[in-house]
Amino acid sequence: MAQADAGTEDLTRDASGQMVTADGVPLKQSLKRAERRRKLVAFGLVTPLLLFLLVVFIFPIGQMMWRSVDNPQVVNALPLTLEALEDWDGQGLPDEEVYAALASDFRTDMERARRDQFSGPLGVRLNYELSGARGAVARTVRNVPDFEAPYKEAFLDSHRLWGDVALWKVIEREGRPLTTAYYVAAMDREFDADGNIVMRDENRQIYINLYMRTLALSVAITVLTILLGFPIAYYMSILPMRYSNLLMIFVLLPFWTSLLVRTTAWIVLLQQQGVINESLVALGIIGDDGRFSLMYNMWGTIIAMTHILLPFMVLPLYSVMRTIPPSYVRAAKSLGATPFTAFRKVYLPQTLPGIGAGAVLVFIISIGYYITPALVGGQSGRMISNEIARHMQQSLNWGLAAALGTILLIGVLVLYWVYNRLVGAQNLKLG
Amino acid sequence: MALPSYATRGERIWYYTFRVICGLIFFFLIAPIIIMVPLSFNAQPYFTFSREMLTFNPDGYSLRWYEDLFTSQSWLRSIQNSFIIGIASTLLATTLGTLAALGLSRPHMPYRGLIMGILISPMIVPLIISAAGMFFFFSSVGLAQTFPGVILAHTALGTPFVVITVTATLVGFDHSLTRAASNLGASPTYAFFKITMPLILPGVISGALFAFITSFDEIVIVLFVAGVEQRTIPREMWSGIREQISPTILAVATILVALSIALLTTIELLRRRSERIRGMTAQ
Repeated sequence: MAQADAGTEDLTRDASGQMVTADGVPLKQSLKRAERRRKLVAFGLVTPLLLFLLVVFIFPIGQMMWRSVDNPQVVNALPLTLEALEDWDGQGLPDEEVYAALASDFRTDMERARRDQFSGPLGVRLNYELSGARGAVARTVRNVPDFEAPYKEAFLDSHRLWGDVALWKVIEREGRPLTTAYYVAAMDREFDADGNIVMRDENRQIYINLYMRTLALSVAITVLTILLGFPIAYYMSILPMRYSNLLMIFVLLPFWTSLLVRTTAWIVLLQQQGVINESLVALGIIGDDGRFSLMYNMWGTIIAMTHILLPFMVLPLYSVMRTIPPSYVRAAKSLGATPFTAFRKVYLPQTLPGIGAGAVLVFIISIGYYITPALVGGQSGRMISNEIARHMQQSLNWGLAAALGTILLIGVLVLYWVYNRLVGAQNLKLG
Repeated sequence: MALPSYATRGERIWYYTFRVICGLIFFFLIAPIIIMVPLSFNAQPYFTFSREMLTFNPDGYSLRWYEDLFTSQSWLRSIQNSFIIGIASTLLATTLGTLAALGLSRPHMPYRGLIMGILISPMIVPLIISAAGMFFFFSSVGLAQTFPGVILAHTALGTPFVVITVTATLVGFDHSLTRAASNLGASPTYAFFKITMPLILPGVISGALFAFITSFDEIVIVLFVAGVEQRTIPREMWSGIREQISPTILAVATILVALSIALLTTIELLRRRSERIRGMTAQ
């Protein structure tokens, strides 16, 4: 420090002996200010994209996840009824007082403009928990202007479900602004008569099986891409650059080709009248009635997705294998190892980072895959994404779609975290 | 790696078996794509080779599916839509992504890891979840079934690629070059366009290409967010496959394969140029 002082003419000291810059500001402060300005500039460059993604991407996903617990329908439609229900002991039907409150809730709702009425969403919401509830609400709302006291009888006459304790339990349970019901349904469970969470009937269990199948298919696809990707990545890594670059085209061309084009290609190949079956019949290997069903089942999904995701395995594997010096295996062999031992003990462990990176990447992509299973998967090749899309577009049970999606998203984010620990996201190689 | 002359019989057998296995895997990778090309010239409305095609009889081949493609109103509109959406979202994604990459690569960037995680997230989150989220959000703000909606969605999906490629180019960037420019009196803007930009240009262009192909190939978001007016090529193929499967799809596929070959070549040339400019040895 002392030497630096002696050698620097433009750095001066102020009265207290602190180093200052030419314009008299203490050096420390000036440095800090410059640093802060640099930070602000760096942050300012990132801000537009960050804000853009927060608005267009992160916020919508958060909003969707919120739907999986959001439960406004009962609270909005039946405020008085819920208040009256507070005194209900849960045994037997509620009192006349509750039915009167229900009637006035429905009457208030009928006075609203058609598109602001809460009774429609209420019926749909209750129907998720108890089938038939939608009909009960719809019919009763129409009749309610003619109801007169005693209301209990009027309701029971209007629809039998109003005399069912189960419906009242559902109203009481779902009469809160937040619900776990969608997650309960997404885990193939339901509430029994006492409000405990129990497994559904065997034949109504869908989602756990579907998650398991999604996992199993993703594992199968990942293993297949390792088995197919390892030999060719190894082969390319031992060839001179000239030849391996040439062979790389075989990997990169599929990588760059449109997803739908590749899926179409597999439809062309795999269908009953497709190229594979026609060739086998023409060659006399199978009879005309012995054609294989290669598509619209699990095999279609596995074959097509393995093909589509194979480049994602080969590229990281190849870049790791290129860096492994061949002399290690030679050394092992010269020390008496058989080729197989040398491979297993010396070569394979060095490729593990590549296998890990590729495997996590392929697994993450395949677990959320939608298009290919939808086009070639049929019933047995469906994955969880297809079920989410079905609830989004056909059954319109958006809460359940959101719950299924949130579970999937959390799974993927955990995997991404693992991937990040393994290779670092910024080391992601593209092409 | 040629086989040494002292190789044993077992080694010889393994040497050739291994090459055959690799050949089969390469065949598996490329054959499905190649096989569509001749089939798109099929004179028959089938997805298999007719007898005439196998004997190379000219009657077996025709351009009818290409004619069909270029006279069909819905296909032509989908081609136009794909380019409109692709180019607009690429421009947006490249601008936003390049700026962010420049910021991220500065040594003074706070919370780099967290921000990188957020910027990369559109690539990681399953498309069905992005699509579901955007469907609800865009419906509530009136962007659903509009061009701006689809363009904004595709921009979000394309930015991670730009950020990654430009950040990668900036890794080896010599900051003393811009300091030298400033020292010689260049304003920061001038220094950026004269010094930084030419050096990172290959990264920017390949990022832009990635963003373009992402938008061009994207279907899940389009299925949820776009309306009839915004149907793109993949959307048209999707309904073609699901509803009335005709070899017109193979004609489209062949054209797209040609396009991807062109893109592949461009990217490879850019990569070489980038390595040459930055003085790294092209291996």
